[in-house]
Amino acid sequence: MKKVYNSAAEALEGVLFDGMMIAAGGFGLCGIPENLIEGIRDAGTKNLTVASNNAGVDDFGLGILLQDKQVKKMLSSYVGENAEFMRQYLSGELEIEFNPQGTLAERMRAGGAGIPGFYTKTGVGTVIAEGKEHKDFNGETYIMEEGIVADLSIVKAWKGDRAGNLIYRKTARNFNPNAATCGKICIAEVEELLPTGALDPDLIHTPGIFVHRIFEGGHEKRIEQRTVREG
Amino acid sequence: MAWDRNQMAERAGRELKDGMYVNLGIGIPTLVSNYIPEGVDVTLQSENGMLGMGPFPKEDEIDADLINAGKQTITELHRTSYFSSADSFAMIRGGKIAMAILGAMEVAENGDLANWMIPGKLIKGMGGAMDLVAGVGRVIVIMDHTNKKGESKLLKACTLPLTGAGVVDEIITNLGVFKVVEGGLEVIEIADGVTIDEIRQMTDATLVN
Repeated sequence: MKKVYNSAAEALEGVLFDGMMIAAGGFGLCGIPENLIEGIRDAGTKNLTVASNNAGVDDFGLGILLQDKQVKKMLSSYVGENAEFMRQYLSGELEIEFNPQGTLAERMRAGGAGIPGFYTKTGVGTVIAEGKEHKDFNGETYIMEEGIVADLSIVKAWKGDRAGNLIYRKTARNFNPNAATCGKICIAEVEELLPTGALDPDLIHTPGIFVHRIFEGGHEKRIEQRTVREG
Repeated sequence: MAWDRNQMAERAGRELKDGMYVNLGIGIPTLVSNYIPEGVDVTLQSENGMLGMGPFPKEDEIDADLINAGKQTITELHRTSYFSSADSFAMIRGGKIAMAILGAMEVAENGDLANWMIPGKLIKGMGGAMDLVAGVGRVIVIMDHTNKKGESKLLKACTLPLTGAGVVDEIITNLGVFKVVEGGLEVIEIADGVTIDEIRQMTDATLVN
């Protein structure tokens, strides 16, 4: 089965449609699928619902989809770094569903694992719990959250092979393994695409069964907060 | 006289016990890493997927793939491990993290915490704060005792939307240290040069002692 493609545009061929839901890996600008986001911008797909911890910055990451008004709704935990996001949100052009960060990660994990809902203590007694089922276990109250199954998931890994096996690097892993599992189709972009068998099977983070399409691309890897110490 | 930011962080550092896994929030809580007592070995968790967070990098060590939850570049240690966001919050929600030290806008005498949104103002999101306060063993808040208008941030009841209900165990302010107990807050330490009367005057919450 062919999984390998030559570019984001090629890998996205035939999978995009208006109104679709996309789950994206990345934390801030770290470990984001830069090439796929640009590919979706170039394809001009509209009315997207995007599940991603953050929304990029104005001119990079998911921010570029907001610039082109391609996003209808975001499921995120923190969006403070994006002024265009705030403008569209305050003017009512963009809908946002805030999800606690761990709830968002678990919703992706659960959705990908065939679990439609789960109970968590996170958010009990807050606005997040409003309208959700409450249930007590061992004297403590939990709320039900639903798993996310997206039409497409887009992830970024460090190394991958032609079978779709992925290895992430340092904190660029973040939401990527969870997002990878929850898409009906998952496309992965990697810094280095290797022949099958080149990765140590014991060190694979995302097994190829979750990855339908894979390609190698260059990455800018922009840094949001460059903090250094003297010495 | 009262404690400054560094003295508050130093006081919070004394809450750290050998072997603890700890999550530090952004702002004054981050300073606590400078005041880990001698002989106490703690491992810092960063909820974007790292245990064993090291200091900021030198210029030539900067790595775009290595950031903390505040999106700042950092370094790793010998003990460091990396994991997914779902695994990270499994640790947090699963009670494996002994303590979280966070900032706050308001804390109520019943332990309610508000630190993520002000109605009518820009909402940036709660990030991992709701998961942390719901899941970790102990929640310690470090914050100024009063807001910019001089009003108490230790309240009988929070006025802002909650991050968690009944989740705070202890509060360290520039005036002292307060423990959430049955019936209100117990003053367990007073900052240098501050009197209990001054604390009473500047506190809306019920003080049990």
